[in-house]
Amino acid sequence: MNIFKNILNSVKPHFEKGGKWEKLYPVYDGFATFLFVPKHTTHSGAHIRDGIDLKRTMITVVLALVPALLFGMWNVGYQHYKALGETVGFWDQFLFGAVKVLPMVVVSYAVGLGVEFAFCVIKKHQINEGYLVTGMLIPLIMPVDIPLWMVALSCIFAVVIGKEVFGGTGMNILNPALTARAFAFFAYPTYMSGDKVWINTSTQAGQSVVDGYSGATALGDLAVKGETSLQPIDMFLGTIPGSIGETSTVAILIGAVMLLWTGIGSWRIMLSALLGGTAMGLIFNWFAPYAISPEQQAFMAVPFWQHLIMGGFAFGVVFMATDPVSASQTFRGKWIYGFLAGFLGVMIRVFNPAYPEGIMLAILFMNVMAPLIDHYVIEANVKRRKKRLQVKVA
Amino acid sequence: MPNIIKIKRGVDIKLKGKAEQIYANSDMPQTFALKPTDFQGVRAKLSVKEGDEVKAGTPLFYSKDRDAIKFCSPVSGEVVEIVRGAKRKLMEVKVLADKETAYEDFGAADPKSIDRETIREKLLASGCWPFIKQRPYDVVANPERVPKAIFVSCFDTAPLAADADFVVHGLDEEFQSGIDALAGLTDGKIHLSVDGRTNPSSVFTNCKGVSIHRFSGPHPAGNVGVHIHHIDPINKGEAVWTIHYQDVITIGRLFLEGKFRAERNIAVTGSEILKPRYYKTLIGANIKNFVEGNITDGNLRYISGNVLTGTQIKPDGYLGFYSHQLTVIPEGDEERFFGWITPNFDNFSISRTLFSWLLPHRAYRLDTNMNGEERAYVVTGEYEKVFPFDIYPVQLIKSIMVNDIEAMENLGIYEVAEEDFALCEVVCTSKIPVQQTVREGLDLMLKELGD
Repeated sequence: MNIFKNILNSVKPHFEKGGKWEKLYPVYDGFATFLFVPKHTTHSGAHIRDGIDLKRTMITVVLALVPALLFGMWNVGYQHYKALGETVGFWDQFLFGAVKVLPMVVVSYAVGLGVEFAFCVIKKHQINEGYLVTGMLIPLIMPVDIPLWMVALSCIFAVVIGKEVFGGTGMNILNPALTARAFAFFAYPTYMSGDKVWINTSTQAGQSVVDGYSGATALGDLAVKGETSLQPIDMFLGTIPGSIGETSTVAILIGAVMLLWTGIGSWRIMLSALLGGTAMGLIFNWFAPYAISPEQQAFMAVPFWQHLIMGGFAFGVVFMATDPVSASQTFRGKWIYGFLAGFLGVMIRVFNPAYPEGIMLAILFMNVMAPLIDHYVIEANVKRRKKRLQVKVA
Repeated sequence: MPNIIKIKRGVDIKLKGKAEQIYANSDMPQTFALKPTDFQGVRAKLSVKEGDEVKAGTPLFYSKDRDAIKFCSPVSGEVVEIVRGAKRKLMEVKVLADKETAYEDFGAADPKSIDRETIREKLLASGCWPFIKQRPYDVVANPERVPKAIFVSCFDTAPLAADADFVVHGLDEEFQSGIDALAGLTDGKIHLSVDGRTNPSSVFTNCKGVSIHRFSGPHPAGNVGVHIHHIDPINKGEAVWTIHYQDVITIGRLFLEGKFRAERNIAVTGSEILKPRYYKTLIGANIKNFVEGNITDGNLRYISGNVLTGTQIKPDGYLGFYSHQLTVIPEGDEERFFGWITPNFDNFSISRTLFSWLLPHRAYRLDTNMNGEERAYVVTGEYEKVFPFDIYPVQLIKSIMVNDIEAMENLGIYEVAEEDFALCEVVCTSKIPVQQTVREGLDLMLKELGD
């Protein structure tokens, strides 16, 4: 560690005022504080401080994403060889997926952090840690076959429009990762939906796709045909086509437990979103007989609990809706926000077959509504206080 | 016994160096000092000059805006130094103590048989008035007001705080006399809050003319602000007064003996104190005698008060007017290699992101490192875990940051003081200077609306 210290000390003069790379100071500072927690001590207020900081918070979330990432890598390979009708070992499957997925992760971090650094240099801000999580989330919610340049473009869009125009980490209204996905979804729909994009079916000499293979997701199937051949147990384990990180409810649950145990993720949002999704699912079940078309009737009749393990519901609820910056901030607000996100997510995916990924749109919509919810929650508190005063005066 | 009010939100940060319940013997400090900076909302004007002889109870300085409020010497002796800071701001008035303390005579009196005006005069003249603080704003009380109630917190839940029951032992008469005097200042009640987790001292429970409340729960359950909020919250236009239980005793002595006896039992605590114990001393004592030969080596931080709300002082500095505790902890001015990734077994956090939750900690040895850099607000729901008020803390802080007076008022700034936010500041992931912000908000309100 002394080596690092020496390197930092030797280059520091170049970045300080008057140095040749003076303008790049935020970049230097970013690296220095990445390597060493600074020796800043308390000057005002409390003399001791909690050991947590934003870096620790973010790395905890990244760790919680690792199960979904690893499973996603394996599943990419598994789906690929399944589509080709070949039987290969676990490590071959994993390796195939890793080769596909890791470049997306690298591109996401490189491009996103590059844009972030550029903004920090221009605005002379410190480099914030927010992108550590966003950069991991973006590849996990993309289909495996999306070209890397689209990933890059989505990342730029997410950082610039999703975050920096509002003032950077902590100031954004929309969840940046979902902003990236929504961008890709509407800009390049052919790469983001349908039944061709979820499984890599590239073939080499001597390989071919098996007959009767379907690359559709459960939601895609249901929206079109009203039925899916995928089994609930596969949806729960995650051995189904879908975005890289979203398929395995098990891996997501491991992440959820990590977030809840460490206290980083809001249990209020997760629980209420679950309740919201369940409520909408039950309503659909009850009203299925009155549907307007047989396909829709079949979709509405899907047992409510299957909505929770299909598509991006679990991933969205655990990792997207709980983003503290774009969610409601008050406890009561979180209940309302989470409930509606789950409720609307299931509603959109059933009622609007063009957008099977309803949870993405529902969370983005609730991101916009979150300040309004908070406003009314806080207003109620203010009213309570004013009422107390009136009682006194009367 | 009255019902227990349970406080759920909060946290007890267990630190090493709790004072053993023994009074240590040490020589009386040679010098004492009053620090005008201890008194929020007071612009001090000197009444003495260097070389003057003073008695215990002789004013050293007074408030420029209310010259009736005097700040008196805790000892008799010679004014040896008047320390000024930047822009000639008055920082310290130091008095070299005589061997034998001579007291100004203010005349003993039975507070029950004299009127409000006389009680007030006596407190003002003797230097006891600044003990009384006013909420809203947490400033020295305005003597022209009559508060709706007076609150005394009879326990302290802050880390390593002095044990009230131990400190007041045997001082029944003095405490009662002080309470009687305070009772003459308000038309409302005097509320005593005692610790619901222990069996409180009979000094408090046998006190007459008060209503007693029991609070239990983690810190800040002992904060008087929490008690006010749960017993009789402050509305706009109202004022309540608060006073520390030891200062009630000092007021009691004034009425029993006619003297300003600034005695104070303090706890000398912290992980770097070799023998953490209690000391009998006076207000504004020099800390040298308490720490000499009683501390570990290394770069240390000396805090007049507790680790949450205390003031940093020099190794030969003086205890503050409102401090009942001296805490010494290590400075944390060292960089930690990848400190944000390493498990952090020995660091405290209310989250479980550090692996210190794996090890059962009887007590932590925490230093003053910020453990990170200041950021914009990202994490939510964090302050609420340690803030037992029906108030939205983050929203209130934000309204202060943008100087929105109406929003501050709506969000409940009248009910809070810096100390109530101390834990919020500790647990803040974004390292926002919360207490300083609250103080700025209170000062702004005070300036705009007056007390």
